[in-house]
Amino acid sequence: MIRYVGRRLLQGAFVLWAAYTVSFLILYLLPGDAVSIMASGDEQNSVDPALVAKLRSEYGLDRPLHEQYVIALFKALQLDFGVSIKNGVAATQAVAEVLPETIKLAAAGFALAVLLGSALAIAASFSRNRWVRQLVASLPPLGIAVPTFWIGLLLLQFFSFRLRLFPALGNDGAQSLVLPALTLAIPTSAVIAQLLIRSLHQTLGEPYIEQIRAKGASDALIHFGHALRNAAIPTLTMLGILVGNLLAGAVVSETVFSRTGIGRLTVTAVNSRDIPVVQTLVVLAAAIFVITSLIVDLIYPLVDPRINTAARATA
Amino acid sequence: MTATPAQDSPPTGAGEPLLKVEGLRVSYLVDGTPREAVHGVSFEINAGEVVAIVGESGSGKTTTAHAIINLLPGNARPDSGSVVFAGADLSRLTRKEWQGVRGRDIGLIPQDPTASLDPLQKVGPQVAEALTIHRLQPKKEARRDAVRLLAESGIRDAESRARQYPHQFSGGMRQRVLIASALAARPRLVIADEPTSALDVTVQRQILDNIAALTAERGTAVLLITHDLGVAADRADRIIVMRRGEIVEAGSAAQVLGNPRHAYTRQLIAAAPGLSPQRLRPTVAGVTRPDGTAAAAAPGPTGSEGPLVQARNLRKVFHLPRTAKGPRTLTAVNDVSLEILRGETLALVGESGSGKSTVARLLLRLDKPTSGSVTFDGEDLTAARGERLRQLRRRFQVVFQSPYASLDPRFTVADSVAEPLRAFGEGTPSDRRARVAGLLDAVHLPADYGRRQPAELSGGQRQRVAIARALALRPELVVLDEAVSALDVSVQAQILALLAELQVQDRLSYLFISHDLAVVQQISDRVAVMRGGELLEAGTTESVLERPEHGYTRELISAVPGRRTLAVQDLPG
Repeated sequence: MIRYVGRRLLQGAFVLWAAYTVSFLILYLLPGDAVSIMASGDEQNSVDPALVAKLRSEYGLDRPLHEQYVIALFKALQLDFGVSIKNGVAATQAVAEVLPETIKLAAAGFALAVLLGSALAIAASFSRNRWVRQLVASLPPLGIAVPTFWIGLLLLQFFSFRLRLFPALGNDGAQSLVLPALTLAIPTSAVIAQLLIRSLHQTLGEPYIEQIRAKGASDALIHFGHALRNAAIPTLTMLGILVGNLLAGAVVSETVFSRTGIGRLTVTAVNSRDIPVVQTLVVLAAAIFVITSLIVDLIYPLVDPRINTAARATA
Repeated sequence: MTATPAQDSPPTGAGEPLLKVEGLRVSYLVDGTPREAVHGVSFEINAGEVVAIVGESGSGKTTTAHAIINLLPGNARPDSGSVVFAGADLSRLTRKEWQGVRGRDIGLIPQDPTASLDPLQKVGPQVAEALTIHRLQPKKEARRDAVRLLAESGIRDAESRARQYPHQFSGGMRQRVLIASALAARPRLVIADEPTSALDVTVQRQILDNIAALTAERGTAVLLITHDLGVAADRADRIIVMRRGEIVEAGSAAQVLGNPRHAYTRQLIAAAPGLSPQRLRPTVAGVTRPDGTAAAAAPGPTGSEGPLVQARNLRKVFHLPRTAKGPRTLTAVNDVSLEILRGETLALVGESGSGKSTVARLLLRLDKPTSGSVTFDGEDLTAARGERLRQLRRRFQVVFQSPYASLDPRFTVADSVAEPLRAFGEGTPSDRRARVAGLLDAVHLPADYGRRQPAELSGGQRQRVAIARALALRPELVVLDEAVSALDVSVQAQILALLAELQVQDRLSYLFISHDLAVVQQISDRVAVMRGGELLEAGTTESVLERPEHGYTRELISAVPGRRTLAVQDLPG
């Protein structure tokens, strides 16, 4: 067990290094660096080239690529991703400051998504009316197809401006979290519902379900006692991708509702070529993926006993 | 089940029957149009009686059984007829009322034990559920009872086994769990739908014995659905023979078997290998050695023509995932020596896990032995590689068990049969077409079947295609790995006859891998019995079956269904 986790963590470290390196190269290859973007005003009052050169050497941007890379990587290993070019604070600190807001948003969004998605899937599978079933089953593709920002704008229009139920922007308290979380939850719940509907349908066709029915079980017992748990397993596999969805969704949701958070930080950092901040964010995103997939693999055996004992049982 | 109470008393004696099915019609909706699968079936089951419905796939026997317990698939519905159970008309029940009948009054033992238990729940609770659903017992007592029920079903150490998951049980053990669960609420009727068709013969017998003992003790009536008349002959008081959705014959077991009135029943009796143990062709002359002991385990000098295949001291060790205790290995095959002569059939017999398929893989050079050697026509197979091996490979072919998995679903039949020819660049396209037509003819498939896709064929027809494909390159050896085990008895008989015919025509050698001695005695010249990776005994079919040296071989022989009836009626051997 410990060996397994150790091996997985080593693999994770490799992923983080690769993410760092690739993002470093891409940012290097993009035309223009942070200093030239800072310095680029309009044509008339351009900045003194001598000053630009001085700033460049100060940030180490005038050195050859491999030197820049080795220095940066060595610092990154000590969690020092450099100083934000925009406001001079450490990049890690800039990210850490806004991270809790995004965690709140993502957690709320994810919880809502699981609730909504499961409810939809159960409704689709439970309903005895064919029309209701088909109507419910057609909702998830719609939820996936509609752009997230449009959902956000609709919610904003209706609940904030029309009904004045929730604040339209900002980060104050639970009230302000509802609409952004909902915006984030709708597309994610659609994915969950889609997966769960298909997997439930398949599970309900399994011979063991018929056998449970032959014992005299009600539909409720079949669903909640057996089918849902079995159907959830394939969905669990997708958790890593869902978390990725949440990160991407956070960018849109935070922008629409003007919330501070790593989503919006990403947008501004990329726009201003704030390489230290962007790299911190890239490594953070990679770390989140690594950790999520490790967690998924570790809880798999708890949900599915076949996986836990597979290695041991063959003796 | 021959000792059930019902057999002693006349079946129609005690008033009302337990189950009365009358004029039952069921149809399936296929592409929007209803197609009737059961055409007005009527029969009765008395309390405590064992009734078997026998028929091949498509005969409507399973549909009839599922209609009784109202568990038909979504596209099937009963059109007319009545099912009366203990005086109550079941066709009028509501959804809710059905939940009270299933499990409580009528139990179901399913066909495939490996897929019929919830993989995520421990087996104890799954058995207890049958009690708690009907509020027969509170949860705690039900759990305790489940352990008792499991023990009664023949699960040793039931207390701790109840806390294990289904995947930790073998197929036979899972079926015991399902029997415990089906009988938990003491239903008055239990439907056993092909309860042993997925199991090895020896396990099959134990399971049927278990069902018989438990139901006899409780006076439970049994509706046994089977395609094997041999099983029905051993177990049922009365037999109903179904064909194409109709009952063609019904009567007491002795009557149906001893004096069959319908031609189809006679055909089924002839097809059941245990009931009609005739050889399909004479033993190949000159194959067995003069002393008759021709032990396959001891290859020695033969006449002018050496053996086609000779395996010496084969050993195969698999490495398993290592644990905390260090690396583990599994010896799948241990010191097995055998030879296959030209034109003969060597049967390799054993249960799942005996190593017989691994031996086949080693002989086919699909796997390399850990030690030991295989020679094919004098050439060392274990050392051959590259083009040399490829050219050797065309001389031995294989037919696998599942006719569904071994054909590419997107290839037409002609494409599948022609594939080996294309792979070896044999002939021009028109030569190949002619060869394919000849092969389809040889396996008795109509020429226009070449354009069909596997999905349009039955299991038996698919297996004919697989055989045609195996013969395409005119091999000298064909390995038949459980090639008829997945087929209905009557289809199995046809395929066996075909194999015997082809063998005589082309002087083929067969390695016939099977767990079923009844089939083996029909087709093979010599038999080798394997267990736990080792060769227990080997010899001519006659000597092994009539004078088995090993206790395990005797067990295999006595497990053949229909054997008991055979002993009573003394059918000609």
